[in-house]
Amino acid sequence: MALTRPLEWRLLGKRITARRTLARERLRAPTPVKAGLQMGIEVVVEGLSKSFGRSPVWHDVTLTLPAGEVSVMLGPSGTGKTVFLKSLVGLLKPERGHVFVDGTDIVTCSERQLYQARRLFGVMFQDGALFGSMSLYDNIAFPLREHTKLREREIADIVMEKMGMVGLAGEEAKFPGQISGGMRKRAGLARALVLDPQIILCDEPDSGLDPVRTAYLSQLLIDLNAEIDATILIVTHNIQIAATVPDNIGMLFRGELVGFGPRELLLTSDEPVVSQFLAGRRIGPIGMAEEKDLATIAAEQAQVDSGHHDGGTAAPDLRIVTQLDPTPGMPPRQAVQRRKERVMSMLHTLPPAAREAILDSFSGAAAGPGMSAGEAAGQGMDAAGAWGGER
Amino acid sequence: MSAQEPTVPGAVRRLPPSAVLPARTPVADAPWLAPLRQTGEFFILAALVVRMTFKRPFQFRELVEQFWFVASVTILPAALVSIPFGAVIALQVGSLLQQFGAQSFTGAGSVVAVVQQASPLIVALTIAGAGGSAICADLGARTIREEMDAMEVMGVSPVQRLVVPRVLAVTGVAVLLNGLTSVVGVLGGYFLNVYVQHGTPGSYLSSFSALAQLPDLYISEIKALIFGFLAGVIAAHRGLNPRPGPKGVGDAVNESVVIAFLLLFVVNVVLTAIYLQVVPAKVA
Repeated sequence: MALTRPLEWRLLGKRITARRTLARERLRAPTPVKAGLQMGIEVVVEGLSKSFGRSPVWHDVTLTLPAGEVSVMLGPSGTGKTVFLKSLVGLLKPERGHVFVDGTDIVTCSERQLYQARRLFGVMFQDGALFGSMSLYDNIAFPLREHTKLREREIADIVMEKMGMVGLAGEEAKFPGQISGGMRKRAGLARALVLDPQIILCDEPDSGLDPVRTAYLSQLLIDLNAEIDATILIVTHNIQIAATVPDNIGMLFRGELVGFGPRELLLTSDEPVVSQFLAGRRIGPIGMAEEKDLATIAAEQAQVDSGHHDGGTAAPDLRIVTQLDPTPGMPPRQAVQRRKERVMSMLHTLPPAAREAILDSFSGAAAGPGMSAGEAAGQGMDAAGAWGGER
Repeated sequence: MSAQEPTVPGAVRRLPPSAVLPARTPVADAPWLAPLRQTGEFFILAALVVRMTFKRPFQFRELVEQFWFVASVTILPAALVSIPFGAVIALQVGSLLQQFGAQSFTGAGSVVAVVQQASPLIVALTIAGAGGSAICADLGARTIREEMDAMEVMGVSPVQRLVVPRVLAVTGVAVLLNGLTSVVGVLGGYFLNVYVQHGTPGSYLSSFSALAQLPDLYISEIKALIFGFLAGVIAAHRGLNPRPGPKGVGDAVNESVVIAFLLLFVVNVVLTAIYLQVVPAKVA
């Protein structure tokens, strides 16, 4: 691979040396395991409202993605999860509200500030959004070539490392059109990671992936968080991810943020929308169409009462599924301690069920990593936790 | 709706149920203003392209590749169109002048018609039709696949990275191609006049040089430059704003060609009118 493109490298080398010099220092050595040197950045969303023409998508969304923690935004299809994600990086302009990232308001800042702020982000798009005219190698090297003065040898090191990380080693020369959707997705993730972003946004990382690959991806995201302590937001409707990965869960429904808080808050919630969604039942306020009237709800309830299947498949005891730990050998997640302090300080504001679950989880974690790893192996959901060591 | 009320107080933070946004600046959203908005966006993009042209890093590689591409798809059609075009003008003007017994002035007709009018228009049509449509399709496909979003998120401006090289390539090819079509068009007229209409080579050339002046060539090149730039920006604008889905890209390509053609002829009228006012005609 490395030997097939010397001419291009020389050309690129010339071009890159002519590049601006600022902001390249953010770039780290090819091996990025320097946990603790940097920390994820908090993303504060205040009163955000977005509509397309006359149709509102969601309104008045207020939440804070805590620094260095993993958050998941749930919601049925078509509730504007992707729109929310795109609003966070300024690809869409909400009409009202603010998104503060590192002191910059993404909604109102100038184009120049926006481009600066975007360097903090790594975004994995729904279909990978790879450049169709470039090979996977060039796709993943693209941010490095655009933003750094690294030599092509160093770029190759980083690219190969990231490709190995997402399980695409050996596929460098392929083009996005030649690979499966799941591979495109993983390549998109690798590309999002090459500049070691401080905020990682994943748009439905699971769609098009089988449950096993989803579990691997979940583990990858957790390991990533342990390694670089990045703030991660995953937008998804996958319950497997929602139950095992995040520190915090939020949910969008009918144009509103139903809630956002520590994972236990939503996993133990009795809110019909949330419990219906987590269980994957037909019974509840979420319908096939956006609106579901009371008559439909009653009719469906009558069907279920008479013995008809409610469609649900998820385990009813989702609330006791433990969160993933980093693969053994990885540094511990720094977010865990920060989160513990943060959650304990807000404990009195939470409902009893969530409070109990949180205290349970902390007492489990206090028993030591060996204990929690054992627990994790016992959970069917945590396949990645058990297999992760083989990587 | 009552089913949604939280059963545990404070379990989930409820937001005020005012699910309907107050109508925001209803005038700006009005559908009949869409063409105006599009026009505004077009001018913004044009200004941005000019500004980004001088911003480093300049995408030299991309420019060379696009230049090569646009040139390769336009040279042959432009040359092939300009031969019959020059010939037909010579034929028409020649037969008209023949009735006045002034056939020796056919060469002069070629200057005015081919160099000033036909050549820039042939260039514009081939550039917009062959180059612009390809650029629009390329950018449109990338847009709907979120490649543009991805690029922006990576802190790279798609306008600087992709649009500027393309617009510059189209403009540059248009200017160079205009020289080719002028020559080929005039030659086509010459051969038709000399070999078909049996005019004399000397009278064709002498009447040509009697009426031709350098500003004719200047305005021809200026037209080609402006047409090329407009065709490039229109293609880029449509390509960056397609309606979603593959059909949106198809429509965008269609629109880009149609809009470019319409606009080019209008701009041509304006430029010609200005030229005739500014530059005095040479008296033979």
